[in-house]
Amino acid sequence: MTDTKPKAVRRLGDIVFANLAFFAGVSILATLATVAAFLFAQSVPAFTGPPIDAASEGFFSYVLPFVFGTVYASVIGLAIATPLAVGIALYISHFANRRFAQILGYAVDLLAAIPSVVYGLWGILVLAPFLSPTFNWLNANLGWIPMFAGQVSATGRTMLTVGIVLAIMVLPIMAALIREIFLQTPRLHEEAALALGATRWEMIKMAVLPFGRPGIISAAMLGLGRALGETMAVAMVLSPAAVVSFAVLTSTNSNTIAANIALQFPEAGGNYTNLLIATGLVLFAITMVVNMIARWVISRRAEFSGAN
Amino acid sequence: MTTQLNSSFRGTQDLPKWLSPTLLVSFFLASFGLQVLIASDSDNAEINFIPVAIFGLLGFTVAIYVISRIIEGVRKATDRLVTIMVSTAFSLALIPLLSLAYTVLTKGVARFDAEFFTFSMRNIVGEGGGALHAIIGTVEITGIATLISVPIGIMAAIYLVEYGRGTIARLVTFFVDVMTGVPSIVAGLFAYALFVIFFGPGVRMGLGGAIALSLLMIPVVIRATEEMLKIVPNELREAAYALGVPKWLTVLKVVLPTSLAGIATGIMIAIARVIGETAPLLLIAGFTASMNYNPLDERMMTLPVFVYTSYANQGVDMQAYLDRAWAGALTLMLIVMVLNLVARLISKYFSPKG
Repeated sequence: MTDTKPKAVRRLGDIVFANLAFFAGVSILATLATVAAFLFAQSVPAFTGPPIDAASEGFFSYVLPFVFGTVYASVIGLAIATPLAVGIALYISHFANRRFAQILGYAVDLLAAIPSVVYGLWGILVLAPFLSPTFNWLNANLGWIPMFAGQVSATGRTMLTVGIVLAIMVLPIMAALIREIFLQTPRLHEEAALALGATRWEMIKMAVLPFGRPGIISAAMLGLGRALGETMAVAMVLSPAAVVSFAVLTSTNSNTIAANIALQFPEAGGNYTNLLIATGLVLFAITMVVNMIARWVISRRAEFSGAN
Repeated sequence: MTTQLNSSFRGTQDLPKWLSPTLLVSFFLASFGLQVLIASDSDNAEINFIPVAIFGLLGFTVAIYVISRIIEGVRKATDRLVTIMVSTAFSLALIPLLSLAYTVLTKGVARFDAEFFTFSMRNIVGEGGGALHAIIGTVEITGIATLISVPIGIMAAIYLVEYGRGTIARLVTFFVDVMTGVPSIVAGLFAYALFVIFFGPGVRMGLGGAIALSLLMIPVVIRATEEMLKIVPNELREAAYALGVPKWLTVLKVVLPTSLAGIATGIMIAIARVIGETAPLLLIAGFTASMNYNPLDERMMTLPVFVYTSYANQGVDMQAYLDRAWAGALTLMLIVMVLNLVARLISKYFSPKG
């Protein structure tokens, strides 16, 4: 029996090139796996080696305040950034005129390009002293709210300042993402709403926001992922203490995982280094989960909306 | 007159256009005046501008809402309210941008001189010195990171667009997105964990910094390249196939050249993004006051770390260290701006027309 089907020509170049491309693609998966594996391998001595002074009460009581600080600072940042990001996105997509909007979009993108160390420098030398009187005012007038209670920091290097800096840092990426989603709102829905006599806000409420809601959620999650991992701005601005505290105006704040690593690592030796790597692994796990949920929400939406 | 009044109460009239700007200005002036009065009355004579802005804006918002509600009706009033809120959100975001640009520019100029770009910090205590060692380090480390990331990034993007089908391709796409969210400090820890295996504990090396940066850069390059490859029209590929050109040559000679401008733009933006990274370099490249041209040997200073250490390890003469930090920040911002600008120019002038 003879095979009558013509065989495709297999060229050497094709095989080599396709395999190169394939390995480059798979190397992404391998890299992420390697990151997790190496961090894990380097974390082990922290548990098996001699006890470390900084973590005399065990790893989990050491890392807990940092996990709390990381999440708390990011949540404050996000609580400030999300409404602002929606506002900015709406302004650029539906309020400003077209050419002006392009320039504005570029200005917001510029914020994303500023290195975090510059934010840190600005945060501590400009923003913190600027906010300090407002903190006193908040404490004097709203001190009965537990968040604003306590002895107000004289330097302004507080959790709230960090939250504001983080908000400024995650704003551009969130605003850019939400803006893209808002711009994808079906034109016909918007025009139909306007044709029925809706005001601009009613049109946005009826057509744009329902369409963009999953996008807003995933942008918030991505912003959260960024804020969780932000290092230098927090390391420079916050005045840290090893406590779990909800007060946002005092000078004893829970540090974040990333900032703690940046502050301790250059001086660390022995298996203190391994301890810090172990906290880094915790951070890696947290951000991975947040990012994966965000990406999952986006990809699910992209499938059923028919947009993109 | 009567009919006009009646109709205005039914909410069908528009507010005159000059009304809202006039109100805005007058409320801010009133709020400012009030603050001046309070400040002159009490002991603390300083005027805090945050309450001025807040009360001015609040007063304006309430006034415009009430007036509009009476004259234009509740729906238009809500519309105006939202417009004010959205515009406020936008201007709030511009304040930090302007403040940052102003601060970095005014404070950075003090030491933005020839000495800053021709001297290292070796044997410098107090005034003088420069960031040449940091600039060299940044150029070398970012350069190596680019050399690592660009080939891997472009090939991976080619895989995703031209070859990738099925589960693996979907996994790669998903994890490239996840990879963009890896915290930069984790990238630094990874580079350290990798190098410890070969060089023992406490390793510091410029190459490690490059590895950490490429971990952050690769996903950005992949995303940018992928977008560009996707918009190359399929007709071009089919025309090449019809002429008997093998697939790999089609990709190399047809698809890539068509999208080259866009890819170059993406690479520029990726470089701009990682050139300001501080945390990973602080961990693995370390810091030093001396020149070091060899990325395979010992500590290597970089510009972002220079800014950080100038601030964090201030000497007795504080101002000299702060001035250097700001000058470093200004240099860094200028580099990032230039990279972004070049990226935009490339995509504007070199991308295929039509």
